[in-house]
Amino acid sequence: MPNSSSSAQAPRPIPPKGGNEPKRAGGADRSSSAARPDSRDGDVLARAQAGDHQAYAQLYALHKRRIYSLCLRMVGNVAEAEDLTQEAFLQLHRKIATFRGDSAFSTWLHRLAINVVLMQLRKKGLSLISLDEAMEPTPDEGPSRSFGAPDLTLTGAIDRLALERAVADLPAGYRLIFILHDVEGFEHNEIASMLDCSIGNSKSQLHKARLKLRDALRAQTSPEERS
Amino acid sequence: MTGDPGKLSCAEFQAQLPELIGSGEDVASHPHVLGCDRCRALLAELETIAEAARQLFPSVEPPDEVWTQIESAIQREGK
Repeated sequence: MPNSSSSAQAPRPIPPKGGNEPKRAGGADRSSSAARPDSRDGDVLARAQAGDHQAYAQLYALHKRRIYSLCLRMVGNVAEAEDLTQEAFLQLHRKIATFRGDSAFSTWLHRLAINVVLMQLRKKGLSLISLDEAMEPTPDEGPSRSFGAPDLTLTGAIDRLALERAVADLPAGYRLIFILHDVEGFEHNEIASMLDCSIGNSKSQLHKARLKLRDALRAQTSPEERS
Repeated sequence: MTGDPGKLSCAEFQAQLPELIGSGEDVASHPHVLGCDRCRALLAELETIAEAARQLFPSVEPPDEVWTQIESAIQREGK
């Protein structure tokens, strides 16, 4: 049963960042492959910040797929994902003037969207592990250790539905990091910025998410193995 | 810090895996992996999962109504 009364269970909204985000190191940083629209954002962004509605519409067109897909993967419901996408872009409209360009725009926008999603998860009081808890799960909540486990059979193709089901069943914090890194292609430094965590924490939680998926996929293949 | 990487136990190696994978190193060439079937299989499976995520989860286009709703809300807020 969900325990929405526990404050530890409430996903932690991430404080907004404007001009004080840590800058990535120099020009040779690992600019994210996920931030593809950014090269086109510069001029459009400036115009949108100045109140140009057409420019804002262009920003929407550039980023809508990724924001909607993130919302959809996180909540698993089309109508809800549409509402969250709408809310994220409304917030963008309200806050766009505060973006100072110290991080990639897509990173900033994703941070904003993640906050919208986390607030929704908190409202629903789901029996999901919170982002805080995912960042520091107890040993019992973590994925099973791999040493000593039977040999694996996940070679070759993974069934899409099986993977979707396994991702949907991940605790929210693990799911979020997995989606941001493995699906959306963000780098750990960007995820750390989005989620206000360390890069090491992002790496660690992604690894745990993958291990949990591996456990889940194995269990789907051979349910008797779990016991 | 960790001594001979080829002499790590599986537990020690797997404790280092998140950092090794996250750093972009060629983990498949790690001395422990070269000598350990189990950890090599683990690594292959984690890579399979990551690769499947990239291939199986294409981004999805939101319906046009979402933009219509956003525009309406912006207009309402502007009044």
